[in-house]
Amino acid sequence: METLERIIAGHPFFVDLDPKYTELMVGCASNVRFKRGDFIFREGDPANTFYLLREGKVAVETIAPQHGPITVATLEAGEILGWSWLLAPYRWKHQARAQDNVRAIALDGKCLRGKCEENHDLGYEILKRFARIIEERLEATRLQLLDVYALR
Amino acid sequence: MVPQQYLVRDVSKETADTFTLKLEPELGANGNSFRPGQFSMLWVFGVGELPISISGDPAQHDQLVYTVRSVGQATNALVTQAVGNGIGVRGPFGTGWPLEAAEGHDVIVVAGGIGLAPLRPVIYEVLQNRERYGRLVILYGARSPHDLLYRKELAAWARQRDTQVLITVDYGGMNWRGHVGVVTTLFKYARLKPSNSTAMVCGPEIMMRFVTLELESHGLDRSNVYLSMERNMKCGVGFCGHCQYGPYFICKDGPVFSYEQMRPMLEKYEI
Repeated sequence: METLERIIAGHPFFVDLDPKYTELMVGCASNVRFKRGDFIFREGDPANTFYLLREGKVAVETIAPQHGPITVATLEAGEILGWSWLLAPYRWKHQARAQDNVRAIALDGKCLRGKCEENHDLGYEILKRFARIIEERLEATRLQLLDVYALR
Repeated sequence: MVPQQYLVRDVSKETADTFTLKLEPELGANGNSFRPGQFSMLWVFGVGELPISISGDPAQHDQLVYTVRSVGQATNALVTQAVGNGIGVRGPFGTGWPLEAAEGHDVIVVAGGIGLAPLRPVIYEVLQNRERYGRLVILYGARSPHDLLYRKELAAWARQRDTQVLITVDYGGMNWRGHVGVVTTLFKYARLKPSNSTAMVCGPEIMMRFVTLELESHGLDRSNVYLSMERNMKCGVGFCGHCQYGPYFICKDGPVFSYEQMRPMLEKYEI
């Protein structure tokens, strides 16, 4: 059976992470599963977790009154779900729903924030990796806003 | 330069504003042949003539197939033709996709919106000559699920061996269970071998600009990336100058160009 440590170290988000930091994170990690259609988190709820997706697809949704949920992005195995745990006021800005049966590693954000406060080197490593993800998603959002298929 | 009369044999609706027309020569099969990526000038009698990429199977010589989005008077007149009506056809014109250069390579097809139409002949060609090419990776983006072309074929292509089809939309709506995001976000799910791949890209220029940057960031050599450009072609043979684009005439020197040729132009505000 794969240990949490090996799973975390093998996830693309943590590629080349110093093993001493992986060890520190294992204490904040747990295996989780969601069935197709389950909410992983809901808009406005406290954001104290993030997920390393291992299997299945997740829709990140926003609620449009009179229209229901609108998917703004989709995420798959190998990707990270959620960064609101990292930034005050630690509330989810969107909701996430499993589009398939999903397997993931949940990392307790509160626990990890505590470890990052104690160990700034770990905090800097985590922040660098999340900054890259945030930049990628900001860029993707900008392209979506450009409506690139309409411009000639 | 003189149009030949073709007859409309079928008009099928792809999306709310996009239709696929099948045309056959009035005087029977004349061995139509074209290279994937080429276009024809289609003349709707009494309305006007317009350049349309050929979107059919290059191995099928008894008909020409075109996918047309209705955006104005001439295109609307074209897509509302009744079966049996006559259309004037000139061509095929222009350069094609570099299928010979791609032999032995993986072929990466990246399309946005109606940009899948000029690439569909490439997909037919690769799937019918599987031994000549490596893997086929199709990345296709559209504004919404309602704007996706050839949905049944996309599903069928995805079932072919050594073929990966990834589709994404900007706005999924309530019932869409596929990817959401622009076409560049699909690259992280594509199984690419950049050192041995040829990429063929077609879509709005802004989309192609971001796709080429993505291809470069994944390690594809610029010399193995090709784009199909679109301008207002008139004569189709480089005489009239309507489609001049920097030092090129899109109708004669293109519409397919290497990224190396187009790169300086894609960065300019205006040409």
